[in-house]
Formats: sequence, C-alpha cells, structure tokens
Amino acid sequence: MKILVAVKRVIDYNVQIRVKEDGSGVVTDNVKMSTNPPDDNAIEEAVKIKESGKATEVVAVTIGEEKAQETVRKALAVGADRGIHIKADGVIEPLAVSKILQKIVDKEKPDLVFMGKQAIDDDCNQTGQMLSALLNWPQATFASKINVKEGKLEVIREIDEGLETIEINTPAIVTCDLRLNEPRYASLPNIMKAKKKPIEQLNASDLGIDITPKIQQIKVEEPPKRKAGIKVSSVAELVQKLKNEAKVI
Amino acid sequence: MGRESMEYDVVIVGGGPSGLATAIKLKQLDSKLNICLLEKASEIGAHILSGNVFETRALDELLPNWKELNSPIKTKVSKEKFLFLGKNRSLSWPTWLLPKVQQNHNNYIISLANLCRWLGEQAEVLGVEIFPGFPASEILYNDEGSVKGVATQDMGIDKEGNQKDSFEPGIELLGKVTVFAEGCRGHLGKQLIEKFKLSEGKDPQQYGIGFKEIWEIEDKNHEEGMVTHTAGWPLDNNTYGGSFMYHAENKQVFLGYVIGLDYKNPHLSPYDEFQRFKTHPAIRKIISGGKRISYGARALIEGGLQSLPKMYMPGALLVGCDAGTLNMPKIKGSHTAMKSGMIAAETIIEKIKENKSLSGYEEKFKNSWAYKELHAARNVKPSFSWGLILGIIFTGIDQILFKGKLPFTLKHKHADHETLKSANEMPKIDYPKYDNVITFDKTSSVYLTGTNHADNQPVHLKLKDPDLPISYTLEKFDEPAQRYCPAGVYEVQKENDVNKFVINSQNCIHCKTCDIKEPSQNITWVTPEGSGGPKYGNM
Repeated sequence: MKILVAVKRVIDYNVQIRVKEDGSGVVTDNVKMSTNPPDDNAIEEAVKIKESGKATEVVAVTIGEEKAQETVRKALAVGADRGIHIKADGVIEPLAVSKILQKIVDKEKPDLVFMGKQAIDDDCNQTGQMLSALLNWPQATFASKINVKEGKLEVIREIDEGLETIEINTPAIVTCDLRLNEPRYASLPNIMKAKKKPIEQLNASDLGIDITPKIQQIKVEEPPKRKAGIKVSSVAELVQKLKNEAKVI
Repeated sequence: MGRESMEYDVVIVGGGPSGLATAIKLKQLDSKLNICLLEKASEIGAHILSGNVFETRALDELLPNWKELNSPIKTKVSKEKFLFLGKNRSLSWPTWLLPKVQQNHNNYIISLANLCRWLGEQAEVLGVEIFPGFPASEILYNDEGSVKGVATQDMGIDKEGNQKDSFEPGIELLGKVTVFAEGCRGHLGKQLIEKFKLSEGKDPQQYGIGFKEIWEIEDKNHEEGMVTHTAGWPLDNNTYGGSFMYHAENKQVFLGYVIGLDYKNPHLSPYDEFQRFKTHPAIRKIISGGKRISYGARALIEGGLQSLPKMYMPGALLVGCDAGTLNMPKIKGSHTAMKSGMIAAETIIEKIKENKSLSGYEEKFKNSWAYKELHAARNVKPSFSWGLILGIIFTGIDQILFKGKLPFTLKHKHADHETLKSANEMPKIDYPKYDNVITFDKTSSVYLTGTNHADNQPVHLKLKDPDLPISYTLEKFDEPAQRYCPAGVYEVQKENDVNKFVINSQNCIHCKTCDIKEPSQNITWVTPEGSGGPKYGNM
C-alpha cells in the first residue's frame, strides 16, 4: 500500500502575522516558515502505518516556490521515503492544488492520500474535499483516529457534536486533525539521511492544467483592535450597562 | 538508551557571526573538512538581535565579493548625531568632536539576523552542515580532560524529567576541535571558563542588557542612513547606558537601549527605562504616527580586554562574545566576533594539519587588528564607573587626545551580580503608565518576539536554591528578577498571603540577563528543547 501525503509551507504558527502596509497581503520576508501543523500529523500517521507493516511507501508532495522543498525535506526526515516538489510561484488556490494533486495521484497511484484538515495561512479547508470530488474517491475529514483494515478504513472524525466513526473504502482521502497523533521530532541522523533521499521536481505549468487564481483578493487588513474593558462595581451596574450601553439584553 | 555519536573534523556551537565566520573560513582553507554547526534556534538568525551599525572590515577579508553575493548589507550610514538628553531637552554634540571610534560614515545599517541568515547560506554552499533546532546542551570530555565534543539536548522530556512517547535521545557530536560560539554568556562557554580557569588573572566580566524595537515610521520622519545615539536621561549620572536609533530601509527605524548590568538600584527596571526613554520629545517626534513591529532583548558583553578570558583550552576554542570580543566604545561586536572566528579557523587548520597547539590562537589574535581595537578601547567602560560626566571627560582625553594609548589600564572591580544595594537603601522609581501608543507592557512586547517553548518540558531556568528568591532576595532586593527580566519570566505572586516565586519559562527570550544579574547567582540558564525561544525576523 502506498500513501501520498500533501504538505504545505506556511508562516510558523508562533510568528506574529504582520499585514503589508499597502494591504496587498502579509509580510513573509525573513519570516520563519514551517510545515502546516496538521500536515505534520498527516505525515506522522502515514509513517506510523508504514511502521506497522500496513503500508510500503510514503511519498510527500508539496507545491510552491523553490524553498517549499524544505517542507518535503522535513517530511523525509521524519520517515517519508521520497518526495515530489511541484514548482509554482504566487497564490495557488485550493481548486488548483486539488487539480495538481489529481495529476500526481494519476501518476503515483497511491491507495491513500493524507493531508492536514486545513492550512493555517488561508484556513480554506477545501483541498481534501475537492480532491475527493475530482477523483471520485471517498473522503474522511477531520480524522482523529485511523484504523487501517483490508480494503477499508475506519476513521473517527472530530465533529461539532462530538466524535463520529465512519468506515470508507479505499482508495480514499483523509484530512487529519491535530488530535490524530503527536508528531515525532526529526533526529539529527535522520535529517542527514533525508538529505540523500530523492525529491522529484516538476513544474506546475507542465501539468496541462489551469492554476490561475479565480478569486480576486481585494484587501488584507488587521482585525480591529479590541477596546479596553472596564470594571463594574456591582451586578446591578453590569445589568444596567448591558441593557443601556451594550444593548444586548 | 545510549546516544549515537557522529564524528566531524570541527564542531561549531552557535550560528551567529563568529560561528558562521569560523565555518566559512575553515571551508575556504580546506574544502574537504567535515564541519557541523549547531544552532538552538528554529532557524539561523531567529535568536540574533543586534543594533546594528556594521563595520565591514572582517567581512571584506572573509568574503571580499559580498556586494556581488546579494548580501543584506544595503544602507550606508549617511548622517550621524549624538545627543545628550535632559528630561525635556536635548543637546547635540558635534560629530567631529566624537572620538574616531564612534564615527560611522563608512559603516552600514543592517539587521544582524538577516546577515546571519545570509552567512548561513554561504556556509551551506561551501558544504558546512548546519543543524538549526539542535541546542548543544552538554560538553563531552576525553579521559585526559580535553574537550572532545558536545551532546545535543534530549527531545521529548516532560516537566518531571520523564521520557514522553516522542522521546528522541540527544546525539554526541565529536570533533577534532570544538568551537564555542554561543554569544554573550554562553551556557557551555561559562562552564568551560570555570573548568579550565580561563578567566584567572582577568577582571570580572561586565555585561549590559540591550533592548531593540523596530518601528515603521511616517515618511516625513524617516531619513534612511541616519544614525543617532544618546546618553543621559532617563538614566541618572551613576547608571551606564544609552540609546541608538538607526534609520534602516523600508521606512523602518531600529530603536534600542543598552543599560550596564552593573547598576546598583534594585528598583531599576531596564525595560521601563527603555519604554520611558521613547517618550522624550526628541524621540517621540520621530516615532509618533508610526507602528512598533518588533521587540527583543539580549545581554551583551562590555568587559573588553581586561575581562577577556583565555580563548583556548585542550580541544576547544572560544570565539566572539562567548569569550567577549565586543568593542564597547565603538558599540560594535559583529566585526570583531567574525574576525576572532576567522583567526580560530586558521589556528584549527594548523592544529589538524601540522598538529600545532591551539595556543597559537591567542598569539594570532594579539597580532590582529581586532586586538589593537580592543586595546585602544580598554579604558572607556571602566571610566564610567565614576559616573557619566567624569566618564565622558576621561573618554575625551583617552580617545581623542591619546587615541587609547594612555600608559595604564583601568580595572573592572566588581562582577555585575555584586553591585546591587539593598532595596531599602535605594530610592523606588515611579515609572509612568504605558500608553499603548509609544510605550507598551511586557506582555504585548513579548508577544511580538514570537517566543514559544513546547509545553510539558522541564523548566530551563534552574534555581540552585528554590527557597532563596523568597527567603532572601525578595526581602533584601525586592526580588529584582521581576524587573531585570525583559520578558516577564519572573513573578512574585501572593497565594493565601504567602509569597511564591513563579517562573514563566515559556516567555523566556534567551537573553541570559538573569544568569548574569541574580545577586546570589542562584539562577542558571540551560538550553530548553530545540527550536524553543524567540522567532526574530530582521532583528
């Protein structure tokens, strides 16, 4: 069984995001970039399945500028076998990502495709679902537990009401929740070994698909600053203020 | 579980200017050498903070074609000012009357973090193996006592010291020579200085704490290439310190403050002095209407030659400010740090190829321009122990008339942890409230550093005696850690009328001030789990 895992390079979750002065986007120059956190869970799960003997190969794929390769390299350092880097500049929207991944699935013929439930930069939460539609494969989104069975997957999903257990046939798409596992650390010897693992590079423009953005981004701005709170001296005053000033009751 | 080990020709601890210069020079001298460089930050540059007005002298020697290599050194200093501040006034000191070492017209305003990122790329192109996110936490010794390498930190240890599921043991990295380039108050360098008695016969080391904020300011207030330094207000005559304001590219100014850690009043809060300084009319007019985008702090070395330890020992060398090569009157250390690394590289090649002793490092350093600079600079900092006014008068005589060649050397008498007077002897300082426009509280400042440490790991700020902060330091000094820490790590909280000392180690921005200033030397900074700490951008 082969597992394809899609990973994305995003601004590190600890970095305080800064909006460009002209409102055209956020500042990325000299900003620490990392793998999208739930993508780390996706890689970890794939590697665990391989270690349990139920998969034979884990392939990590990413789309983006030259430096996005680091994200694949990181996946290789925690146990992926080989990588694919699809070179593309600028904004690639979820539909374009899904179409690119569809091409890679046609080429690689994996049994499972894993990815994070969403990326922390655009928060779209669409790629897995769109890929599932394009391939006409079953999908299990927000997975917090995966049990691999013969030709089937049992997946526990994180949903608003609690947990939902579903069973789907493979091949399938799974998008991973942060609760799925605890990603391992890349050890120093494994980082060195990862430098020798192969990464195939392809150009998005050579895949014969339209990846131009369909959404026009008009403006990016910071959320409005929260106003300072006030202290009230009694419940009566609170009720009075909620009624007359905030007008919420 | 046993640790794996890997052998290299040279192991370098720390990816700042000195460590990276060592690595690059080594590869230039012998491209076949296997060199590994460890960095505790998540990437090269993420723990680097500096002013920085950069003198290119060492870089000119190391990579003469730096201009063609797309280096991030772009903004030449175009104009300079030195201001004495009174509470509401400022007096401009003519630049031509400044000592030559404080004139900057051939220098550049840079982000040292970005310079290090670029140096890291140059080193990787040459084949240096760089491992960010791997702090060296332990020194390894041969049986006969020489240094044989370092071990990286175990990953995946919980608060109580137990192994988590994700446990990953550290690795032993063994080198024919190990180079320690951790920067000011390196926690391994400190152990080496003690074990090999490297500072015997030297004056106690002197430190400062430096703050830096980056502001994006209005066009009309921005003058790219402009460099301003100030002395005076808000500090009193007996406290050593001053500010810098550098107009960098992209409408940014690098605004900072440095205070000598030999200050005496335990009520002094370096952070609040810096915040207050920004409200001075001469400073406020530049930054008003602007936006603060970064904050950080780091301790720096101020001791100079008198405090410089021996820089070699069996199997290892100290470079840059892990030893203490900063030139205080010049307010610069990057060039001397790089130079010390380059000299270290030459020494290491002779050691590996001709089996010459590492002691050659000291002699080579003594013959270099870096040493001559430090020698000429040596009397400036100690003269300020007489106060700002006498310090300036003496410095004028020493630096302008005698060009640093006076036939005597002043001494540093005390270590910085010995200088605090008791809280009840010293005046309390009433700092103004933060306005959230020009001045900000520590919490919102720390937020800008992007600092983070994985949850559930041991506290990396160790107390030798856990009761001392409350039983002694609070009583005697009003627990100054609450004020000297620039990140709000230390708090004294009252719980059911009982005082409790709280360490918020996840806030730590790795400045090392607590390790230096704690009056009983009760706090020891050790490496947290890899990648922890600030995520500085263009600091």
